[in-house]
Amino acid sequence: MGPMVGEESVQEGAAPEATWAGAGRARIELRDVHKSFGPKHVLRGLDLTVRDGDSLVILGGSGTGKSVLVQHLIGLMRPDRGSVLVDGEDLAALSSAELTTLRQRFGMSFQEGALFDSLTVFDNVGFLLERLGTMTRAEIRDRVFECLELVRLEGTAQRLPSELSGGMRRRVGFARAIAHKPEILLFDEPNTGLDPVTSAVIDELIIRMREKLHSTTVTITHDLRSAFTIATRLVLLHQGQIAAEGTPEEMQASEDGRVQQFLSGEAHGPLTDDEEAEREARRE
Amino acid sequence: MTRALNDFFAEIGHFAQMFWDVLRWTPRRPWDFGELLNQMVRVGVLSLPVVLLTALFTGAVMALQTYGVLARVNAESFTGSIIALSMVRELAAVLAALMIAGRCGSAMGAELGTMRVTQQIDALEVLATNPVHYLVVPRVWATTIVLPLLVVLSNVVGIYGGYLVSVVLMGANPVSYIDRSFQFMELADVTSGLIKAAVFGFIIALIGCLKGYRTRGGAKGVGNSTTKAVVAASISVLIVDFFLTKILF
Ligand SMILES: Nc1ncnc2c1ncn2[C@@H]1O[C@H](COP(=O)(O)OP(=O)(O)O)[C@@H](O)[C@H]1O
Ligand SMILES: [Mg+2]
Repeated sequence: MGPMVGEESVQEGAAPEATWAGAGRARIELRDVHKSFGPKHVLRGLDLTVRDGDSLVILGGSGTGKSVLVQHLIGLMRPDRGSVLVDGEDLAALSSAELTTLRQRFGMSFQEGALFDSLTVFDNVGFLLERLGTMTRAEIRDRVFECLELVRLEGTAQRLPSELSGGMRRRVGFARAIAHKPEILLFDEPNTGLDPVTSAVIDELIIRMREKLHSTTVTITHDLRSAFTIATRLVLLHQGQIAAEGTPEEMQASEDGRVQQFLSGEAHGPLTDDEEAEREARRE
Repeated sequence: MTRALNDFFAEIGHFAQMFWDVLRWTPRRPWDFGELLNQMVRVGVLSLPVVLLTALFTGAVMALQTYGVLARVNAESFTGSIIALSMVRELAAVLAALMIAGRCGSAMGAELGTMRVTQQIDALEVLATNPVHYLVVPRVWATTIVLPLLVVLSNVVGIYGGYLVSVVLMGANPVSYIDRSFQFMELADVTSGLIKAAVFGFIIALIGCLKGYRTRGGAKGVGNSTTKAVVAASISVLIVDFFLTKILF
């Protein structure tokens, strides 16, 4: 039997991500999630499943709620209605201590970096490793410098975040997110504002996290080239729901006008028409 | 009106929630004694000059006021008693608390507020660290420990301020002045002042942190939180002082 399984997985080269135990099981599920801020209805009954080994890319216009969506995945925001399940556990049912423990499985980098401005770059990246207390000082040191090297910032360890540029802060945030080798990684616009080369380095890291460490990744990006480089699956967020979903090939070939407009970057089309209609409706 | 009442009860609810969270997270590991010490230094050492200056001049002004009035009824020899008892039972604790509210309550509001609006508090949560545990617990206990220590020193300095004015300016007899200062004082007078100070410290830091923690809306929000932290902490100190005085004596 053994060789046949091997042969099969070779023939199924189209899905190389499904090669480790447990691949494909649901890690995070959003069910009918609604979220409003005052009169602004941002998420409107959103359903989404993130599977083990996915590299999911979230596309969508500015202000459509991509950051809000990602913050729901890790329980930083609570849905007004609907539920969020991580490995089958409903986040709303967890105590704050249980939620704290569950978050050790996650790493997240924020759109604006969110570095601790009273701590050095080194202490930022090593923050969770120090708190967990499972590694020696030397191990932590090695791991921190390894992560800084990955994002090409090894020279900045003793600096404070206020002494870094925006792009550097974002990369430190990235290093901090991957330092404890989490199973699930959330990246909110990791390569916005980076030069093309550094941006490609980040893309490569995201791919490597998935292939080497079998991490599940969710990435928000505006950069289509990088989206199609890292994604195994893409979703388009539009008007508080997942408007379209598919593999990179499926999205490229999609007949959906909204996907076509987003991918080609047209100023006029179904996406913008919908928003126009909504503004009209609100005026009445 | 009902809106204001609603807001008021919401505030009480947030305070109670934070109070409970602090108690709940205090015994949990990892214990961060380094941070506790760091906060004690920030609250204590850095506030020492302003707190002691306040005590010194309060003692001095009280001497100016009471000596003259008591002299009208030939009771000026009781100046020392009045100053010492007022300082120890009441003034040292309340004045130090108001100074700390202005200096440290506001700083805590601004610091945690900035961390909130720049998503540093979210980042703490993501790094499997409870923000109340990491930020609020050390600040609250540091202030609770340090304020009584400041009050001990304030007592000494305040009484000395009264002594200086009475003896040097008013010509009181130094030996009998000192005698009178402590003649009627009991240990309970001192401990009640220190208990008050500890309670005030707890309340000031809790309110400062709470206002910072619940900040919304950018730099303007941080400014609002800072102001609210000072006002709410100061008023709470004065109100709680009334009830504590009623209970403790
Ligand atoms: N904490 C918040 N309070 C109020 N409104 C918010 C908050 N977070 C996001 N929003 C609103 O939700 C909408 C979506 O925001 P966001 O998720 O940041 O968009 P993006 O897709 O660009 O990441 C925006 O209109 C924003 O103003
Ligand atoms: Mg965003």
